[in-house]
Amino acid sequence: MSTWRIARLIAAKDLRIELRSRVVTNQVLPFAALVMVMFAFALDNDNVLTRVAPGLVWLATMFSMLVLVQRSFAVESADGALDALQVAGVRPAGIFLGKSMALAAQLAVLEVVLLLAAIVLYQAEVAWSGAVLLVTTFVAATTGLAFVGTLYGGLAAGAKGRETLLPLLMLPVVAPVLIGATRATEAAFGTNGASSSEGWPWIGLLALFAALFGTGGTLAFGSLIDE
Amino acid sequence: MEPVVHLSGVVAVLGGFPVLAGADLDVERGEILLLRGPNGAGKTSLLRLCAGLLPVERGEAIVLGHDIAADRTAARHRVGLLGHANGLYADLSVADNVAFWGATAGATQQEVAASLDRMGLSGRLAKVPVARLSAGQRRRTALACLVARRAELWLLDEPHAGLDAAGRDDLDATLREAAAAGATVMVASHELERAGALAHRVVDIVGGQVRE
Repeated sequence: MSTWRIARLIAAKDLRIELRSRVVTNQVLPFAALVMVMFAFALDNDNVLTRVAPGLVWLATMFSMLVLVQRSFAVESADGALDALQVAGVRPAGIFLGKSMALAAQLAVLEVVLLLAAIVLYQAEVAWSGAVLLVTTFVAATTGLAFVGTLYGGLAAGAKGRETLLPLLMLPVVAPVLIGATRATEAAFGTNGASSSEGWPWIGLLALFAALFGTGGTLAFGSLIDE
Repeated sequence: MEPVVHLSGVVAVLGGFPVLAGADLDVERGEILLLRGPNGAGKTSLLRLCAGLLPVERGEAIVLGHDIAADRTAARHRVGLLGHANGLYADLSVADNVAFWGATAGATQQEVAASLDRMGLSGRLAKVPVARLSAGQRRRTALACLVARRAELWLLDEPHAGLDAAGRDDLDATLREAAAAGATVMVASHELERAGALAHRVVDIVGGQVRE
């Protein structure tokens, strides 16, 4: 069976599990919205909030992503399914790509909700001229985050204390995405007078990050889950 | 004909401790082999080694024609393992689980339906999420997944555990059918009467070694 067919099978299975369990809608989205509200309470200044809205959207995305990644691998390890996938000879690259696709889909929903929350709570404004940049930023950053999340989720899946290990391992690695996505989103929002053209170089960084972790994860995932 | 499993002087180590200490074993195609022995003797380790989950430290290990000492992943796609865990997704229904695991081996919808039927899981039970099943029903579901995958080598660790009388009968009939169709079955069990009646041959595992 081809790697892409396996990837589609794994992604469909993961998304079906989320649709049935409703963990994303009942737990992750409320958690993300709560983080946005708490930021508003902490900063309590419309001007400041509008200025830092892009960074807060991406910070809330990354905190919420930790929950999504842990959930994604908890369903595999709860009853030995990850072992069973290995014994079934399912290509590790297919597992990696499939789980990344499912995580990316969940992240996309999360990011749309957070973007709307920023518009409502922080009075962030999206100019039409920045719409293409904003969509490209979200696609590139989501792809990179999904690859990193799946790679480190797989690495931590068999480890003791994985719940605390995952944030320690993953957050430093996603720092370039946080910086790049925030700068590009600022440019798309026109924060502090930034123009859309200032955002495109950051897209290059996000695309490079996604390509590196996508390639690395596809090649290394088998060894990671085998250990 | 070359054996489906050939182990010669196999040593395997887990967490620094030797779990197999020079194991020798040949298992022929279509054979049902019972592995018996006390807890910690190495039965589960032997099954996990044949499944490619436990590396071979020393010795010769050929499974389905593949040298798993050199590449332990080589035979995996032709092997089915039912260990202490069932490998099921609790939020998915019985039918979804069997369809998923069947699909990983390219099973058709008819084959998936036949697997559910074989283990007495068709009808309303097929739509129930695994999280709501009893331990025995979960075991049946895991066995149906294994049937749907059409493995050539079945590795079963305490497969009768948690099953009711009807489930045990279904399991035994399924294993006999699989062996008759050419599959090889290795069963580790403490239920010697039940599994002994099923097996063509019995070996003892003692201190990580196989004794005929």
